[in-house]
Amino acid sequence: MGPSMDDNRPIFVQIAERIEDDIIEGTLLEETQAPSTTHIAAFYRINPATAAKGVNLLVDEGILYKKRGIGMFVSTGARQIAVNKRKEQFYEQYIVAMIREAKRLGITVEQLKDMIQKGEVNP
Amino acid sequence: MTSIIEVIDLTKRYGAVVTVDRVSFKVEEHKIYGLLGRNGAGKTTIMHMLTAQQFVSSGEIRVFGEQPYENNNVLERICFIKESQKYPEHYTVRDVLDTAADVYRNWDRAYAMSLVGQFQLPLKRQIKKLSRGMLSAVGIIIGLASRAPLTIFDEPYLGLDAVSRQMFYDCLLADFAEHPRTVLLSTHLIDEVSNLLEHVLLIDGGKLLLDEEAETLRGRAYTISGPKAAVEVFASGRKVLDSQTLGGLTQMTIDNGPNGESGQDEATALGLSVAPVSLQQLCVSYMKRNTGSNKGEK
Repeated sequence: MGPSMDDNRPIFVQIAERIEDDIIEGTLLEETQAPSTTHIAAFYRINPATAAKGVNLLVDEGILYKKRGIGMFVSTGARQIAVNKRKEQFYEQYIVAMIREAKRLGITVEQLKDMIQKGEVNP
Repeated sequence: MTSIIEVIDLTKRYGAVVTVDRVSFKVEEHKIYGLLGRNGAGKTTIMHMLTAQQFVSSGEIRVFGEQPYENNNVLERICFIKESQKYPEHYTVRDVLDTAADVYRNWDRAYAMSLVGQFQLPLKRQIKKLSRGMLSAVGIIIGLASRAPLTIFDEPYLGLDAVSRQMFYDCLLADFAEHPRTVLLSTHLIDEVSNLLEHVLLIDGGKLLLDEEAETLRGRAYTISGPKAAVEVFASGRKVLDSQTLGGLTQMTIDNGPNGESGQDEATALGLSVAPVSLQQLCVSYMKRNTGSNKGEK
């Protein structure tokens, strides 16, 4: 169904993340109109109530705001809020998982450091 | 939230055979509900009782707050598309749609015609000369264009190919967004519809196994696999839906329950591999478990 959603998390969270991605990457600029829940629902082939829940999550976080009678807009400072949120998740999401897998494979901390440096040179 | 349907202890018995067994649930306004389950689970019987086409053996039904039997006040607000809907055979597609236009108060003729175009239905062809898929398309068009406050689809896509089914889902979502109404969709193609649903009712062997928001169900179950001992340690005290062993490897499907703490992190920390469970897999696990427990009783 649609551009695929993964099965292990609620869809509304994933919708919120995709809008955040667009804001972080600059495809959705601050003070421009965000896609409507109807469009989101049709594009991802999801229930409109679920799409609305994702949008409302971003409203609660100050990333989107509602212009009465027009629709949802990206707040000034939204990009910074989204980036900060991602930075907080970065450690849990990537570092912890990386170290766990490294341990399983017997990769030492030194080797990990080398790999990170190598990755920085050849991104 | 207004309840459009309220069912309490609904039971249908044929002699000694119980096809619907003390089922209770509510359907709230302006949501899309999935009535999921295997063939013969009791889905169609429930839909027939909701629409006053079959009598209840015991229990109560309220639709729009009233009892549906011979109650035009209720029935005129329902559009029920049956799995094998019968139309007069000599009617053309156009005759059927004209009749629907007379029956359903909110009928949108222009929308019906645009759907006829999308599904490439021949308007002048007689019903008896339609293919199985085209016949299903007629039902889908009536279900959508009637814009009935309560629209019930019972496996509406027999014989429809994947493209047409996708078209049905897209049309349903688009029209639902513009004209909110209450939709009850019965299906066993759970994977296809899981993202469309706001609420899930899972029926098996006449019993209601799940009555949950679709989003709550998402992510609440997961599969863990690893060495038998480690898996068993993790699983103790948790709800195990399904378990399989291959050599020294054991795999279990765990249900965290509606407000259960997510145990995935803990499982990963124990070195177990964790995989998500789709809504379809979750439903299948529940049904397998139900069948197993029924056998146990006998």
